[in-house]
Amino acid sequence: MILDGKCPSGPLKDKWDNHRRDLKLVNPANKRKYTVLVVGTGLAGASAAASLAELGYNVEAFCYQDSPRRAHSIAAQGGINAAKNYPNDGDSIFRLFQDTIKGGDFRAREANVYRLAQISNNIIDQCVAQGVPFARDYAGYLENRSFGGAQVSRTFFARGQTGQQLLLGAYQAFSRQVQAGKIRVHARTEMLDLVVVDGEAKGITVRNLVTGEVQCHAGDAVVLASGGYVNVYNLSTNAMGSSVTAAWRAHKKGAYFANPCYTQIHPTCIPVTGDHQSKLTLMSESLRNDGRIWVPKNKGDQRPAHQIPEDDRDYYLERKYPSFGNLAPRDIASRAAKQACDAGLGVGTGRGVYLDFADAIERLGEDTIRARYGNLFDMYQRITGEDAYGQPMRIYPALHYAMGGLWVDYNLQSNVPGLFVLGEANFSDHGANRLGASALMQGLADGYFIAPYTIADYLARTEPGKVSIKGDEFRDSAAQVEGLSNKLLAVNGRKTVNDFHRELGHIMWEDVGMARSKESLTAAVEKIPALREEFWNNVRVPGSGADLNQELEKAGRMADYLEFGELLARDALNRDESCGGHFRVEHQTEEGEAVRHDDDFSYVAAWEYGGGEKTPKLHKEPLTFENIELAVRSYK
Amino acid sequence: MNLTLHVWRQQGPDDKGQLERHQATDVSPDMSFLEMLDEVNEALIKEGREPIVFDHDCREGICGTCSQVINGQPHGPQAETTVCQLHMRQFKDGDEIYIEPWRARAFPVLKDLIVDRTAMDRIVEAGGYVSVSTGGVPDANAILIPKDDADTAMDAAECIGCGACVAACPNGSAMLFVSAKVGQLAKLPQGRPEAASRVCAMTETMLNEGFGNCSNHYECEASCPKGISVKFIAMLNREYLKALPKLKIK
Repeated sequence: MILDGKCPSGPLKDKWDNHRRDLKLVNPANKRKYTVLVVGTGLAGASAAASLAELGYNVEAFCYQDSPRRAHSIAAQGGINAAKNYPNDGDSIFRLFQDTIKGGDFRAREANVYRLAQISNNIIDQCVAQGVPFARDYAGYLENRSFGGAQVSRTFFARGQTGQQLLLGAYQAFSRQVQAGKIRVHARTEMLDLVVVDGEAKGITVRNLVTGEVQCHAGDAVVLASGGYVNVYNLSTNAMGSSVTAAWRAHKKGAYFANPCYTQIHPTCIPVTGDHQSKLTLMSESLRNDGRIWVPKNKGDQRPAHQIPEDDRDYYLERKYPSFGNLAPRDIASRAAKQACDAGLGVGTGRGVYLDFADAIERLGEDTIRARYGNLFDMYQRITGEDAYGQPMRIYPALHYAMGGLWVDYNLQSNVPGLFVLGEANFSDHGANRLGASALMQGLADGYFIAPYTIADYLARTEPGKVSIKGDEFRDSAAQVEGLSNKLLAVNGRKTVNDFHRELGHIMWEDVGMARSKESLTAAVEKIPALREEFWNNVRVPGSGADLNQELEKAGRMADYLEFGELLARDALNRDESCGGHFRVEHQTEEGEAVRHDDDFSYVAAWEYGGGEKTPKLHKEPLTFENIELAVRSYK
Repeated sequence: MNLTLHVWRQQGPDDKGQLERHQATDVSPDMSFLEMLDEVNEALIKEGREPIVFDHDCREGICGTCSQVINGQPHGPQAETTVCQLHMRQFKDGDEIYIEPWRARAFPVLKDLIVDRTAMDRIVEAGGYVSVSTGGVPDANAILIPKDDADTAMDAAECIGCGACVAACPNGSAMLFVSAKVGQLAKLPQGRPEAASRVCAMTETMLNEGFGNCSNHYECEASCPKGISVKFIAMLNREYLKALPKLKIK
């Protein structure tokens, strides 16, 4: 089936304005009759909840964390992009749009991305008004820095904690509405099912993670802002609790899952030390502004970094991509690191490359580097025990971000009416690769400035309070959720959830990782169902469902990964081209660059849940480029 | 290395709770403290016992979820380091380690090492924000902020809301937490119009939630994983004093 993204017609720069003019409104006196359920309190969820509540809607907000302030947006370090052009270096809305489309390797919708670039400026204004302490110069103006994939300085930042500061801004706006009685918070509560009534999303079923109680909540619309899914790889930079569960359960209730194979591997993470590793830590990409990446030229060079002379070092990014150098986009930088390590040139455990600040320290002084990145150097030292002022950091790529997600139209509404999906949980704006400092921009654009308009248009067409939790759909959903918990607790096998997560992660990393092939993907599609079967026969989940039971929480998420991982592999198998973060070894140039096949694959792959062991069904949304020329992405 | 752990186990809020002895064997110095506990838990599950529950999420020191008192110190022995960023190279073979939850009247224990910190959310809800709604704000560079003020605001804003300051304080006070938010917003022009009502509302909520008062022990600063300075408590007091006459007039 051909899917329609419902992008408005007309000139690119007028699309959003015209569309907003056409959207229906809800009368101020009627807004209080509507209830919106918001799942997730990261940048997208908190900003949407706050904005909807300010408008007068009733909001029920859900998060699995103990406080809405702890969502994983908080961990974003580097910054947030906007097309303000404050530095007068040639930036514009069109250029941000162009960089994002190109960075995404021409696999995103033009209309969405242009809107994102337009809204980027409002976000900065909003955050400053909230009191977000962005970095400033001595005259009191906002500072900007450059970031991967761009030749202008358009990134606003708050030291190395930009995500934290933006999230706290949104959390504070959210808290103000809690005080006003417009938002009810359900913390330590995990969404485990979407309730669909007469084909529309009208509720969710959740588990209270403290008491174990399964509860249903009815609303007039559901907003999913539940983040990304790269923990399917086991090791990633995501929080331990980040999962695909909310999105996957919605998928099983009919929402299409789009482009799951578009996963981003971040080039600057701290290397793995052993099997005990539970997560990976990212070092902000901003480090690449001053750090130089290199490996020894000769295999087996065991000398400490400072004893390796310049002539024996390969600054491979500067060599291969002279115009972008160390600021090449994430997918390119990651793949180049893997190539160097596969060639036996890796440092440390063999899975690492150097990120060296010696030149920058000589040029700018240690104090300047400390002022710019001090917190990152401290973090590096805590984790590795090494001093990066005196010796280069060791870095290696790690899973970081999901460009894919639930399919949404231009209104951020999924194919299930009433279900809106925001932030990383949707697939919409980053194509096959996301540029640095764009995730925060997208999450806040969706929550502050898009969803409040588009949800109104949906609500205006629906009667408030149409369903109650007494309906059959809610009763069935609750029974299903309880049933799943009981089934997990009853297996009583010999392996732990973590054992299975490590095994799945191994399959995903080896076969569906940075270099994918028809053979590896076919193997993954066979191995994952076998592991899934073993899971249901051999997992051990101690304790009971009527209690705070972290193993049961993990087991439920794991059951979803074992289904979702297969879909991810199938999508990667279907996409017989290389683009952005999706690299198929069959499709590369002699120099190892990705080769797209626009004639066959210039579409969004949206998968419909097959049901049980049946294969999913593919729907395609064609992508057309009217304002930007399809070109081979080059950062040389 | 091999370690002996004494871990607080408590079935629920009404249970009395006690320390339970566990062995951690073959611990690598490259493990984080939580990874060491993960391994202990894996062994417990395989023995058919219930694992130790503890709060954690980002495991990179920024979400503020992890919350353990290790050998009497909130977040353990390393300065400006959350439990999740504490690595086992800080310990040595044969060490005995005592692990307990945050202990404060305002933070009831839910289970084992997990406490309820929603009181801190309620303090923010009382006024820890600028009352601006989405839309209709001026250009970001229309509000100039001296760099020193922006930097000071950021120093305060780094608070991760973990509650270590409360756990460290003999009075169970949340003054450092409250002062970090009051201080951040008081330093910025956007936050000035509501400065008086904010400081009063937040401190009143703090007292009503069962947190104690500050008597200058500075344990909060010593245990803060972000190194928030007690100078913000001085700023909080000053803001409070400035606010009192304004409120009387009203």
